[in-house]
Amino acid sequence: MTNQRGLVWNWGLIHVLLAHSSDTISNSPRRKWASCNLLEERRERILQSWWLTVGGKTLSRHMKRNMADREQVVERNSSSLTKSERRGKGVHGVLAGRGSSGSALGIKVRRRRRRRTGGAGKPEGQICGWVEGRVRVVPCSVVSVEGKMLTNISGVLRACAQRNGAAAVVSARTYADFTTQATFEIKKCDVHKLDEAPATQVVMTRDEGLQYYRTMQTMRRMELKADQLYKQKIIRGFCHLYDGQEACAVGIEASIKLTDHLITAYRAHGYTFTRGGTVKEIMAELTGRRSGIAKGKGGSMHMYCKNFYGGNGIVGAQVPLGAGVALACRYKGTDELCVCLYGDGAANQGQIFETYNMAALWKLPVIFICENNRYGMGTSVERAAASTDYFKRGEFIPGLRVDGMDILCVREATRFAADHCRSGKGPILMELQTYRYHGHSMSDPGVSYRTRDEIQEVRSKSDPISLLKDRLLSNNMASVEELKEIDIEVRKEIEDAAQFATTDPEPPLEELCNHIFYNNPPVEVRGTNPWAKLKSLS
Amino acid sequence: MATSLRCFLRSGKQAVLVVARRGIHRSPPAALQCQETSRRYINVTVRDALNQAMDEELERDERVFLLGEEVAQYDGAYKVSRGLWKKYGDKRIIDTPISEMGFAGIAVGAAMAGLRPICEFMTFNFSMQAIDQVINSAAKTYYMSAGLQPVPIVFRGPNGASAGVAAQHSQCFAAWYAHCPGLKVVSPWNSEDAKGLLKSAIRDDNPVVFLENELLYGVPFEMSEESQSKDFTVPIGKAKIERPGSHITLVSHSRYVGHCLDAAAVLAKEGIDCEVINLRTIRPLDVECIESSVMKTNHLVTVEGGWPQFGVGAEICARIMEGSAFNYLDSPVTRVTGVDIPMPYAKILEEHSLPQVKDIIFSVKKTLNV
Repeated sequence: MTNQRGLVWNWGLIHVLLAHSSDTISNSPRRKWASCNLLEERRERILQSWWLTVGGKTLSRHMKRNMADREQVVERNSSSLTKSERRGKGVHGVLAGRGSSGSALGIKVRRRRRRRTGGAGKPEGQICGWVEGRVRVVPCSVVSVEGKMLTNISGVLRACAQRNGAAAVVSARTYADFTTQATFEIKKCDVHKLDEAPATQVVMTRDEGLQYYRTMQTMRRMELKADQLYKQKIIRGFCHLYDGQEACAVGIEASIKLTDHLITAYRAHGYTFTRGGTVKEIMAELTGRRSGIAKGKGGSMHMYCKNFYGGNGIVGAQVPLGAGVALACRYKGTDELCVCLYGDGAANQGQIFETYNMAALWKLPVIFICENNRYGMGTSVERAAASTDYFKRGEFIPGLRVDGMDILCVREATRFAADHCRSGKGPILMELQTYRYHGHSMSDPGVSYRTRDEIQEVRSKSDPISLLKDRLLSNNMASVEELKEIDIEVRKEIEDAAQFATTDPEPPLEELCNHIFYNNPPVEVRGTNPWAKLKSLS
Repeated sequence: MATSLRCFLRSGKQAVLVVARRGIHRSPPAALQCQETSRRYINVTVRDALNQAMDEELERDERVFLLGEEVAQYDGAYKVSRGLWKKYGDKRIIDTPISEMGFAGIAVGAAMAGLRPICEFMTFNFSMQAIDQVINSAAKTYYMSAGLQPVPIVFRGPNGASAGVAAQHSQCFAAWYAHCPGLKVVSPWNSEDAKGLLKSAIRDDNPVVFLENELLYGVPFEMSEESQSKDFTVPIGKAKIERPGSHITLVSHSRYVGHCLDAAAVLAKEGIDCEVINLRTIRPLDVECIESSVMKTNHLVTVEGGWPQFGVGAEICARIMEGSAFNYLDSPVTRVTGVDIPMPYAKILEEHSLPQVKDIIFSVKKTLNV
């Protein structure tokens, strides 16, 4: 090929203004020729509005015009993009073109690492980057692009297009568009006996946001599935559901380490999950099967895993236990702390005040957290407590009141509290103002002491998952499709776990008397009658 | 007389005024039950034996610590933990405020997190404040967690009647705690029991309720040399035959073992040979020892300080009835217990609300039909 053609169709080094490499080059024949018919006008405008450097030379307009005869820059709008391309996975901008003979030109884009150009400071219109290599020119180009480079390019194109009145070039959402982190303004916490308060400007990264979303969604779906199974009588006994309060569990876990300790009351499914239990184990425990996290012997209220001490049925009893764990942390000299949770109902228990006294006296590294969901079983806080400022009930213990529906508030407050404990200042109290959608337990419909309107209002205005989702979407940290995909995956995981939990066999009868004593030789246990002598192993 | 002289000459520190105490009971170690050897015996009060046991275990294992009311700077309400705070300091001997439920829960939590606490109740009557932590948080957890969460804790303190402390301070909790699976309940009588069992309890990885007796604290008993060793332990779950006999078996625990031995001494003069068994452990009950004894003597009397209904004696009766020893009984089992009333204060009333030696003698004669 000679002159311009030769120049253009040089198989060697061709610098093309392109999106960088991608995995999936759309190769289907249908696609190739599908959008070959561009309006001449549009083509013209596009050619006018971007630069093409070929062979290291910037082509003049004149040259480009000639080229235009021979090539077609094809753009596709988002509707014709493949699913994966729409998701932003497939990236490549490939210059479409075909030779005058009508055959596709073989300019392949090889996968290349994206070149970061740090384009923030570059003036508009400047070429910000290029990709080398053999470029496969297919008539149907994908204009979904990735990377900052192409953001700039597309920005340029858009700007020019707008000036010239042409349509915008880039149409699909891509990873290039996602912000990797953003700063958020959160509600200020009320404090008691504290000079400082947790920060009100917090940073959340995209990865963190997605992880919180996934975890909260898993917890939500798991609880709803437990609700279903309970109504089908596959789960029996007590079942205290945690939906609505997900931000508390996930926010707390985000600010402590797995080597820290945590203990809570009976509304424990969420915490079992954040502390390391799997959904399968939790659901199998609820249905009382042998693969449950406590082998089916504990049930809904008695789930344990490493550094998680349950799951406690007696209201308020877990608070001294938590202080005891903190005593052990201090005794051993580690910088671990213990997070000790209780509800607004339990906050009136005497042993909690005994624990406040001893924890403050001995400066134990314990974070007391009152999850105030406004109702202690069927009694509202106004009817149960002379003082509903639960964060002040510690009196001599510093306290924080936190919006428990906003995961970033919970995270930040827990971070603040953890720093307080780890610096040896002693215990601290946090009140998380949260809400549960279900009743106290599955035997409580939850509407005799509160109105459906109230529940609906909280659901629509302060649902923790919705709040997070809005944040992610409005700050361009995730796409709707991405979140939908997470939802689908979570749904599938829960379905599988529920399936497993209903089909797993129950514990064998030989296990009946095991685990009475630890590290003990086998003992005989009396059965229901004198002739029934059962064996108990450690 | 000779005994007291020997004591006096041997060790001034541990010598006890013969006049003050109620009487020394010779208790050879289980291994040497059959005959006395020429081993050296030292007189040690139960208080000192408990003190030694805790001292040795605190020294042996870093994770062991003691908490309770007045255990540190006051040296213990009954001086059982005398000297320990001076030796080990604030970290390991912890004075608590008067919050049984709180500090019992803290002790259980510390045990869950890997330490080995000794939680002292000033008396077991106050343990009722904290009984939820003992049963629901300590005893049941290993089972509920299917083996994930052991709780190696010892709850100790004086149990049962004292002298003149009236109704709220005199209850015996052996039956209450022994009712619950997941707990081990231990009730020592003499110094050797006290020391060996406390060491076993501290070394045990399970919750143990250690029922002492306030009236025995000051009583010296002879301890053999091997019980002086730092690794001397008495196994939990094994009873001991304090006095072998052939006509009737007397089974008891704690303070009433002494009463049984006194009664046996009196009855021996009348030709009745009593076998006295010291239960040592209430849960798990050593039924084999009792059964083999009953198969030998054919008669059984149980003696305890607690109330009769649903008590230790009731349990022994039921077990004997269910087991093979029933066929060997020549008469029904007799229970000698405390009177079924709250404890009165006046001395004469108090004396008559607890089993005395004459009550045991009377019951033995009635059982043997003599």
